[in-house]
Amino acid sequence: MLALLLILIPLITGVAAFFIKNEKSVKTWALVASLVTLIVSLWSLMHQDNYHSVFSKEWLPDLGSSFSLGLDGMGRMLTLLTGIAFPVIFIATSKSTYKDSNQFFGLMLLSQAGLMGVFLATDLLLFYFFWELALIPVYFLCSKWGGERRIPVTFKFFIYTFLGSLIMLVGILYVYYINPEKSFSMASLYNYTFGHRAQSILFWMFFLAFAIKMPIFPFHTWQPDTYEQSPTATTMVLSGVMVKMGLFAVVRWLLPLFPEAAHGNDNIVIGLSVVGMIYASCIAMVQDDLKRLVAYSSIAHIGLMCAALFAGNSIGIQGVMVQMFNHGINIIGLWVVVELTERQFGTRKMSELGGIAQKAPALAIMLVIIALANVSLPLTNAFVGEFLMFNGLYQFNVWYTVIAGLSIILAAIYTLNMIQKVFYGNTNSVTANAVDINWNEKLVLAVIVVLIFAMGVYPKPMIELTQASVNSLVSIFK
Amino acid sequence: MNVIVLSAVWGVVMMFSGLFIADKSKAKYVAITGLLVLLVSNYFDLHHKFLFAYSIGNMLQFDSFGMIFVTIALLSTLLYVLLSGSAVEKVGNHAYEYFALLFFVLCGVGIAASYNNLLMLFLGIEIISIPLYILTGADKRNLKSNEASLKYFLMGSFSTGIMLLGIVLLYGATGTFSLTISSVSKASENIMISAGVILMAIALAFKVSAAPFHFWTPDVYDGAPTVFTSFMATVVKAAGFIAFVRLFENAFGGMTDVWQYTIALIIAATLVAGNITAVFQQSVKRMLAYSSISQAGFMLFAVYSINAFAKEGILLYAAAYCLATIGIFAVLIKMKDFTFEGFNGLAKQQPLLALLVSIFVLSLAGIPLTGGFLSKYYMVLSSIKAGGLLWLVITAMLCAAVSVYYYFRLIQAMYFKEGDANAVDVNPRFKALLVVAAVLIILLGVYPNALLLDWFHIL
Repeated sequence: MLALLLILIPLITGVAAFFIKNEKSVKTWALVASLVTLIVSLWSLMHQDNYHSVFSKEWLPDLGSSFSLGLDGMGRMLTLLTGIAFPVIFIATSKSTYKDSNQFFGLMLLSQAGLMGVFLATDLLLFYFFWELALIPVYFLCSKWGGERRIPVTFKFFIYTFLGSLIMLVGILYVYYINPEKSFSMASLYNYTFGHRAQSILFWMFFLAFAIKMPIFPFHTWQPDTYEQSPTATTMVLSGVMVKMGLFAVVRWLLPLFPEAAHGNDNIVIGLSVVGMIYASCIAMVQDDLKRLVAYSSIAHIGLMCAALFAGNSIGIQGVMVQMFNHGINIIGLWVVVELTERQFGTRKMSELGGIAQKAPALAIMLVIIALANVSLPLTNAFVGEFLMFNGLYQFNVWYTVIAGLSIILAAIYTLNMIQKVFYGNTNSVTANAVDINWNEKLVLAVIVVLIFAMGVYPKPMIELTQASVNSLVSIFK
Repeated sequence: MNVIVLSAVWGVVMMFSGLFIADKSKAKYVAITGLLVLLVSNYFDLHHKFLFAYSIGNMLQFDSFGMIFVTIALLSTLLYVLLSGSAVEKVGNHAYEYFALLFFVLCGVGIAASYNNLLMLFLGIEIISIPLYILTGADKRNLKSNEASLKYFLMGSFSTGIMLLGIVLLYGATGTFSLTISSVSKASENIMISAGVILMAIALAFKVSAAPFHFWTPDVYDGAPTVFTSFMATVVKAAGFIAFVRLFENAFGGMTDVWQYTIALIIAATLVAGNITAVFQQSVKRMLAYSSISQAGFMLFAVYSINAFAKEGILLYAAAYCLATIGIFAVLIKMKDFTFEGFNGLAKQQPLLALLVSIFVLSLAGIPLTGGFLSKYYMVLSSIKAGGLLWLVITAMLCAAVSVYYYFRLIQAMYFKEGDANAVDVNPRFKALLVVAAVLIILLGVYPNALLLDWFHIL
């Protein structure tokens, strides 16, 4: 039942939000709704029995599909991330004003419903439904409230991801057709072993969709533009939660269904990921726009997660599980800082900023902590994940690890460079009158910083939560 | 079976009521009454209770497939008349005659959906076509309308000739007009039968505007009065598909080796030609003409695969496609400017209308949660079940992605571009009807069984 609630609450409140014309009340409404969702996702951590975490109902019997949802360790972790992300986003951007704010918040909540559905669906066709459903609101959000070049950029984003999804849909049809039970349910698909030829074709059909969503080099070209042009609140959803859809789908569907093909193609995928990491890090170094910098840095981080997944050993996959959560927290933190900076100074260009630390010490401290987490310094949450992932990759192949390891150094260069340019040095005409952040912004950043340290010092609960998912995946994958 | 008779009778009633009622704005009420009568008799038809019975001598066969389609066609026509009935009156001075012709088309639709004999197929297709030639040219003082009508008539007669030649060849080889040709042994080795089958495929491909026989479609759809384009592109086109599927399943189902690959090539050509050309259109009306070609490409999958999924799927497709296209056309008729720019900023002036058009467009593009998605899904699924060709399925998916480009231009224009587009004389009843259509589309996409598909098994 809780699984169903996690979708229904944002869905219903999202639809209702369209009818609240007053900007102030719709903001409150969205915040309350997202907090309720957060409470339910926390509640689902306490009640791990079947009654609470599984829901199934007949849906399309002719097609062999049912409306079934289920929460496992990984699902709990990601629904929790989604649950935390939205209130944080709403509070952090509460100062921003939107034209037609009822539509904005309605669409935000609908995208949350779609995301929850992706993480909960245990039926392949239902998964596809939610996969698309999460995309549509985001398309509208970016094209309506985005920057100057929003229309062509989000259009590219939409067609790119839609094409990937359609290819996956063909794959889903073949999966249905090939398996003797003519079923889409996760359990029966896990039990069936696809033939060699089928696996090698289907693997790429699914992988393309997931690779575009993550995104993995060379399918990433939509991402920096879209992140840059979207309103920051949507960018946070996209980068904090939505890119996890790709990784999640690899763990939930791609690896268990086509383990043989995944093994056969692991060098290609890891190779692409590692190349993408270095490539994205290099580009991040020369960016002047804060949003683009964070966007490229995100490509590098996702690349590492994808590589570690395909390394196929338990330590690497465990790292990915932890890092999926942590990356979501850290990157939302970074976007909050970018948003605060842009709102105050009206620019995201690093060359035009500088010396903010003198005027806004609290913001600077928070940023430095989040940035250090982005470089995965020990004691921060990202360190745990990256350490495990590099460990896993090392077991797979030393050379990949060495090359991928370079990205840590590159990350340190561009992140520290950013801190220096934006926060230190002398103030200029733009930043001379900077004021520090107020209490609700402090609150949001404090929550993020606390999570960063808590997960960095004591990652055990998160590891235990996802342990079962990792074990079952590794046992299938071997 | 009563629907066929009653629709012809009501066509005559329509014409005569034109003599006695001077006020032409009453015409649509007579038409709505007629459609309600037809729906009632159709309800009895569905339950095999007939108001009056007559001998059909095995020329027609009323199975659930055909009858459900007739229901869809009648409901779509009712929606169409309710939404755009007043636009029909504005076309010219002969409002009653226009509606009468629509009823004759419905009579043809009834025959084309239930024929059991090649002659009845021919009759059905012709009864559908001839009123349409007239309706296309209904805007007498408009040169484009005249041109479209003549073009349609010439091309249509030509394809009718091809169909007759096909029927003759089949008759020559088997000695019968009934749909039992496939029982003839070694059909595929008989050159007359093979030639006949291919000629039939070509003639029907022409009627449903499949490439490379689609060249008449954009000109005719563009030239015809918009309100009749709406009817031609939906109910009529879907009826063509039902006839197509019926013929190839019942008559040629046993010799797929003769025609299946040809159909596959036609599908690929239709999808590519329709979608690529639609991308370059500046007028929404012309874009919808090309979109109807590309949708035809998807519907042809049902002919390609002729199995249970195909038959359920084509019904679902017909319903979802008719609802969405009638809805978009109904809004288009109310617009001043038919180009994409003409829709700029509609969301500001008419938020509800823009939302509804978006739902229709999303359905046509095949986005999940809409009937359009599930019907495309059924089509592709049926072709895979029929041992589908992977290249064909991939082509279809790439084309579906291309179609997003031109469908979403409409959404972009309405929501994201600045402008002051507005729709003229939109009343609450009009909006309410469109809301019903949109809700039906979403229900078809979320839970098609209750609404449509279960009937297929019950009846």
